[in-house]
Amino acid sequence: MRAYFANPSVRAGLRAGVPVAVAGFALAISFGVLARPVIGGLAAVIMSAVVFAGSAQFGSLAVLAAGGGPAAAIIAGMLLNSRYVPMGIALAPSLEAERSLWKRCLISQAMVDFSWAAAMRGGGRFDHRFMVGVTIPMYLSWIAGTAVGVLAGDLLGDPESLGLDAIFPAFFLALLLGGEAGGSPKAVTAALLGGAIALALIPFAPPGVPVIAACLAALIGLGAGGRAEGGRPTPTDEARVLLPAAGEVP
Amino acid sequence: MSAAALTIAVLAVTSALTRASGVLIMHGRRLPPRLEGVVDLLAPALLTALIMVETVGGDNSIEVTASIAGVAAAGGILWRKRDALLPAILIAAAVTALLRAL
Repeated sequence: MRAYFANPSVRAGLRAGVPVAVAGFALAISFGVLARPVIGGLAAVIMSAVVFAGSAQFGSLAVLAAGGGPAAAIIAGMLLNSRYVPMGIALAPSLEAERSLWKRCLISQAMVDFSWAAAMRGGGRFDHRFMVGVTIPMYLSWIAGTAVGVLAGDLLGDPESLGLDAIFPAFFLALLLGGEAGGSPKAVTAALLGGAIALALIPFAPPGVPVIAACLAALIGLGAGGRAEGGRPTPTDEARVLLPAAGEVP
Repeated sequence: MSAAALTIAVLAVTSALTRASGVLIMHGRRLPPRLEGVVDLLAPALLTALIMVETVGGDNSIEVTASIAGVAAAGGILWRKRDALLPAILIAAAVTALLRAL
């Protein structure tokens, strides 16, 4: 364990994670402020520590705040988290060098949008040590920010008036423009298509569905060596992405 | 158990399982080579979708908000200089805050 954290990739990740952690801190403050009257201050901090998923936490909280029951809140949270299934499938082969299944599952817990995308190295590979490094400061600031929001939220004012809600999309845009797969024509097409799918679904679909549906845009990359095999994704293709080796016995 | 406690407990378990699901599904298997290109395109597709949801995504509606201008300003900076992360983020927040203050 100590050797894992002494790795230069982890330390590089820690440095890269600090600015995102500061932004996450601000977002967590607003979660703490919103959550305290609905679920209680202590529960809000516990939720940040054990769920650690911004969109799922805000989404399920909104259901509870509107008077919805726990089942509806849980479903909302799970839908918002569903993108972690394709993200995790993409990440998993890069963890195979770690022999213990338990350890691979533990590393996958460090997966959040930003650290996952920042750890992409092209050719379907991820630097999981870098991902863990990026996530550690984010995790700590997420819990600390929630606690600050619960305890002192009233004194801090509305985070929206400071424009803090624009920070995370700006981070994602930076990853998109500077990322490993950012330059190729196919990546541009996937980005535009993914954005269009999300935009088209936002008015109709429950929260979380636009983002998971946008993953289908990546199917234009089907086929080895970046050969063009474009066209509309079919249901069979979808099944292949979600269950790449369905039918095989481990 | 209160509604809040039940929600938190179940979401804690399902979040952990969802994050681990890729490892469990792929256990001991390699990604078919034809899917490697899909993995590389997952990030651009997902990131653009997240940007859309977080800037114009309202409660089942498209909302024009100040953060669109903020993110666009960040995009302008990043377009000229790809590694200008901190200036881009500060501009995003500043433009959004300024428009809201007007």
